[in-house]
Amino acid sequence: MNKQLAVKCLKAAFIGLVLLLLYAPILLLAVYSFIGTDIIGTAGAFSWEHYRKLFGDPVILGMIGNTLLLAFLAALLSTVLGTLGALGMFYSKKRVKTVLHGVSQIPVINAEIVTALALAITFVAVGLGKSYFTLLIGHMVICTPFVVLSVMPKLKQMDNSLYEAALDLGASPAKALFRIVLPQILPGVISGFMLAVTLSLDDYIVTMYTRPNGFETISTYVYNATMRGNAHTAETLSSFWALTTVIFLLIVIFVAVANLSSLRKKEAKK
Amino acid sequence: MSTTVLILIIFGAALLLGAGALLAYRLVRGHMPHFTRKALGIPYAVFLIFFVIAPMLVILVYAFTDRNMHFSFANFVKFFSDPTKLSTIAYSIVIALITTAVCLLIAFPVAYILARSKMKKKYVILMLFVLPMWINFVLRINAIRELFNWIGLLGEANYFNTVFGMVYDFLPFMILPIYTTLMKIEESLYEASADLGAGAFTTFFRVTLPLSVPGVVSGVTMVFLPSMTNYVVSDMLGNSMVTIIGKFISEYFASDWHMGSMVALVLLIVVFVSTLLTGGFKSEENVRGANL
Repeated sequence: MNKQLAVKCLKAAFIGLVLLLLYAPILLLAVYSFIGTDIIGTAGAFSWEHYRKLFGDPVILGMIGNTLLLAFLAALLSTVLGTLGALGMFYSKKRVKTVLHGVSQIPVINAEIVTALALAITFVAVGLGKSYFTLLIGHMVICTPFVVLSVMPKLKQMDNSLYEAALDLGASPAKALFRIVLPQILPGVISGFMLAVTLSLDDYIVTMYTRPNGFETISTYVYNATMRGNAHTAETLSSFWALTTVIFLLIVIFVAVANLSSLRKKEAKK
Repeated sequence: MSTTVLILIIFGAALLLGAGALLAYRLVRGHMPHFTRKALGIPYAVFLIFFVIAPMLVILVYAFTDRNMHFSFANFVKFFSDPTKLSTIAYSIVIALITTAVCLLIAFPVAYILARSKMKKKYVILMLFVLPMWINFVLRINAIRELFNWIGLLGEANYFNTVFGMVYDFLPFMILPIYTTLMKIEESLYEASADLGAGAFTTFFRVTLPLSVPGVVSGVTMVFLPSMTNYVVSDMLGNSMVTIIGKFISEYFASDWHMGSMVALVLLIVVFVSTLLTGGFKSEENVRGANL
C-alpha cells in the first residue's frame, strides 16, 4: 500500500515539476508587472506603473490593434476559404482530393522561414512588393490549411443522406448546404477559426517578411525591442511584463468560461 | 494604399476569371449541368496554386540562377563546398535532436501518467500544459529571456538556453499526440496482459510502448522540424550566438536571394524526405490542441 502511495506521489511530483517549469517565466513576469522596478530581481513597491505605461503608449496600443485586426481578418478569410476548400475536396474525385490534400499539407509541414522566403520573393518578383495585402495573404497561407484540417474530420463524420433528403424534399443545393451541411460541420469550422486566430496572433516569421514597412505586430515589435534595443529599452521591456500578464489572464478567463459553459450544456442535456 | 486596392481588385478579378474559365470549360464539356459541390473547392485550389505551388517553383528557379537570372549551379556548388554552412547544418540537426529527445523524455511520462490516471478532471491538467501556448510566441520567449537574465544564464549558456526555449515551446506538440494514442489503448489490453502473467514492466514494453508508436512519431515530426529552423528562439535565448539553418536563410534574405533560395530548397528537401519517412502528418492527431 505504501509503495502505491509513493508511486502516486512521484507521479504527481513529476507533473508538478514540469508545470512549474512551464509557468515559472510567466509567473515571474506577472509578479514583477505589479512592482515599480525596471529590473527583475530588484526590490520595489507595489505599483501600476507598467500597466500605465502599457495603456498610455500609443505605439504599443497601435501594434496591439494591428495584431488583433490582422488576426481577425486573416482568420475570417481563411475560414471561408478553408471551409469551401474542405467541402470541395470532400466531394471531389479521389485523385483530385489526394492532390489537393497533399498540396495543402505543404505549408503545415514546411519550415515557416521557407514559406516566408518563398512568398516574399514571389511577391517582389511579380511586383506586389510588401503591403497589407501581401501580409494578409501570408497569414492566410499558414492559417487556411489548418482550417481545412479541422473541417475535414467533421465532413467525414457527417450523415450524407441528410443532404440527399433535403434535395429530394425540394431544397436547392445552396440551401441544403447552408441548412443541412453547415450546421453539421460547424464545430469544425469554429475550431478552425479559433486555430487560425491563434496561429496568426503567434506568427513572427511570415509577418516579418511580408509586412509593409513600419507595420508592427506584437511579435515583430517585441522581437525588435529585445534584440535591437534602444534608449528606452528597459522601460519598453517592462511594459511587456504587463502585456504578457494581461494576455495570460485573458486566456485563463476565456478557457474557464469556455469550459464552464460546455459543462453547463452537458448538464442541461442530462 | 490605392495601389494596394488596385492590386486587390486585379487579383480578385484574376481569381474569378480563373474560376469562371474552369466552370465554362466544364460546362462546354457537359460535365456540369448545374451547381456541383466540387466547385466550392475551386477558390482554394486557385489559392494553393498561386500562393503555395508558385512560391515553391520561384524558390527552385532562384536557387539555380545567378543575379542576372541566368541558369547556374554556382550556389549549389558553393553550398556543398562551404564547411561553415555544412557545420551549421550539422549542429542545427544536433540541437534539433537534443530538443526532440528531451521533449520525448518529458512528454512521454506526462502523457502516460495522465492517460492512465483515473482522475475525473485530468483534462484540466492537460489543458494546463497547453495554456502557455496561447500567449504570443515572442512574448513567451521573452518571458524565458527575462527569467534567464535574472538568474544569470543569459549569454552564459547559449546552447542550453536555446534548447530549453525550444523544449518549452514545442513540448505540447509532443504531449498531445502521445496522449491521444495512449488514450486509445483499451483497458482490456492491460487486463489481458496482467492475466497472462506479465508484470508492469513487461506490459509497458510489450503493450504500451508498441501501441504508442504512431503518437511518438507524429510528436517527433512536429518537434524536430521546427526546432531546426525556428531562429527566433535561438536568437533571443542564444544571445545571437547560436546560428541554426533558419537563421541562415533569414540572413541571406537581406543579401543574396539566390543563395537563400538554395538553402531553403535544401531544407525543403530535408523536410519532405523526413515527412515521407515518418508517414506524414495526421490530421486526426490534434491540430495544436484545437480539438481538446
